[in-house]
Amino acid sequence: MTKFEIRGLRADVLISEDERQEILKGVDLTINSGETHAIMGPNGSGKSTLAYAVAGHPRYEITDGEVLLDGENVLEMEVDERARAGVFLAMQYPVEVPGVSMSNFLRSSVTSVRGEAPKLRQFSKELQGAMKNLAIDPSFAARGVNEGFSGGEKKRHEILQLELLKPKVAILDETDSGLDVDALKVVSEGINRAQNENDMGVMLITHYTRILEYVKPDHVHVFADGRIAESGGPELAQVLESEGYERFVKVGA
Amino acid sequence: MTTANTEPKAHSHGLGQIPVSKLDTHGSHDVNDFPIPNGREEEWRFTPLRRLKGLHDWKGTADGTDETVVDAPEGVTVETVGREDERLGTAGLPVDRVIAQAYSAFEQATVVTVPRSLVSDKPITIDRKGLGGTAFEQLVIDVQPLAEVTVIITNTGSGVRAGSLDVHVGEGAKLNLVSLQEWDSDAVEVSQHNARVGKDASFKSVIITLGGDLVRLSPRVSYTGRGGNAELYGLYFAGDDQHHEHRSLIDHNLSNTRSRVDYKGALSGAGAHTVWIGDVIIGEGTEGTDSYENNRNLQLTDDTRVDSVPNLEIFTGEVQGAGHASASGRLDDIHLFYLRSRGIPEEEARRLIIRGYFLDIVNRIDDQDLRDHVMEKVERKLAAHE
Repeated sequence: MTKFEIRGLRADVLISEDERQEILKGVDLTINSGETHAIMGPNGSGKSTLAYAVAGHPRYEITDGEVLLDGENVLEMEVDERARAGVFLAMQYPVEVPGVSMSNFLRSSVTSVRGEAPKLRQFSKELQGAMKNLAIDPSFAARGVNEGFSGGEKKRHEILQLELLKPKVAILDETDSGLDVDALKVVSEGINRAQNENDMGVMLITHYTRILEYVKPDHVHVFADGRIAESGGPELAQVLESEGYERFVKVGA
Repeated sequence: MTTANTEPKAHSHGLGQIPVSKLDTHGSHDVNDFPIPNGREEEWRFTPLRRLKGLHDWKGTADGTDETVVDAPEGVTVETVGREDERLGTAGLPVDRVIAQAYSAFEQATVVTVPRSLVSDKPITIDRKGLGGTAFEQLVIDVQPLAEVTVIITNTGSGVRAGSLDVHVGEGAKLNLVSLQEWDSDAVEVSQHNARVGKDASFKSVIITLGGDLVRLSPRVSYTGRGGNAELYGLYFAGDDQHHEHRSLIDHNLSNTRSRVDYKGALSGAGAHTVWIGDVIIGEGTEGTDSYENNRNLQLTDDTRVDSVPNLEIFTGEVQGAGHASASGRLDDIHLFYLRSRGIPEEEARRLIIRGYFLDIVNRIDDQDLRDHVMEKVERKLAAHE
């Protein structure tokens, strides 16, 4: 049983050397293992900042609050330590790293997170299986990390990493954006598979309700103006679907 | 349009010979057509003249010698010829005084001919070891129609060298040229590579510059037929007080021609200086040109200097694609963040990214052994700077 807690989190985006802007204005959220929390909200409300700040992105600085994984202070950990502790971020815009092959990257990553190098043959079998599940062509393993991938291909590879790294808690930042229905199904199945396998907690950040048909949330939170404005069950998503975010945008303005 | 844009041509209004493009440089085989540079000229402003060891205002006698070993597959002819050979200097005129000096003073030249339709898996290798002194050199590689071959030139040793490499890629032919500059730390090389790419022909150049005190290479491409494809790749790594300068020019003088230029450099240590000038001309009246050029520079330490200047001049509205990109800086912290967010420790992530940065170009070399050789050289240089 894992408990992932965000308490009173405030964070700034670093715009330039002497310019910054507060984006997160006190976020409180607790995710237990096995739970899926959908974070929904208008564009610009700070959803992605929440994801990046927790993962330790260099363009954001946390000014107050804490993030705890089973009582351990995540914010005191280096970026790579957070991942090894079991926090995973699937990015909205995965980064292209030319020249570093996907297979080399995945092997280094799995070795670091698992604490030992997997046997080569075993790993290659595991990788092939995971790629097949996500309908990724095997030739991608030889290509540079995300290099020249389409938006959909990048998202599949984020979920591929999720499945290989088996985190305790996964933050999925608009994993559904830019996917057609078929790709959305494949990616959602991957998320569900990972959750069934190791009971991870999921923070699913999305602008649309479409993915919630495939990845069923236990809790839905509305994010507006840098904090959670309202929380409820799956039914809240339906309200947002019919009414939109207007009510919350006004609150923020 | 069949003449290259970089050559003077008669103007239709009777104004005589005028340059077509601002990037146009009037070339000449005669050193006396170029004044002695003072370092403020556009083509010399990045180059430390005092380190050219007299190449730019040459008065002496060329006394340098090389130990050169050429290994060519059967069917390829390799000749040593004198100044009078009419195949010399036919792929492009020297565009600066040093290259013209070399053309005016060389005594012997080498001509490599790959006959029509010869397709060889075995490369032509030219291993040149400088044994000191100053030498002026000319090399011609004539790949005749439908032939396919790889040429690997390896430069090692010491000395001051200047000259031209003239390349003809015939109709439907394919040439992969790899040129390694692994000079000793006191060597100076100033060279111009001129390539004429034929109809439906393909020319790939991979230039790897790791050594020398000063290396200045000017690869230039023009086309002799439609459907020609030229890819110029470069990798340079300047350490303490090294000057690596690459000046490419692609002249899309004909329709339906393609080019890609991708040069990546790294710099580490005080006084490391790299220069990349990427000129592209898309000629008047042409259509269907597809061109892209890219330069990246990775500054591994703060005390280095990068100059990166892309120039694109378009004289037609019928372009299929034309673009350029240039970026220089420290290791990208977003790359680092991505790898670290997957649990990879910082040091290992740095190593992966830096190797990957080089591999991106090294992987353009088809031969696995040669790729390994280059990466080993790069590793050794990196290790010295880490």
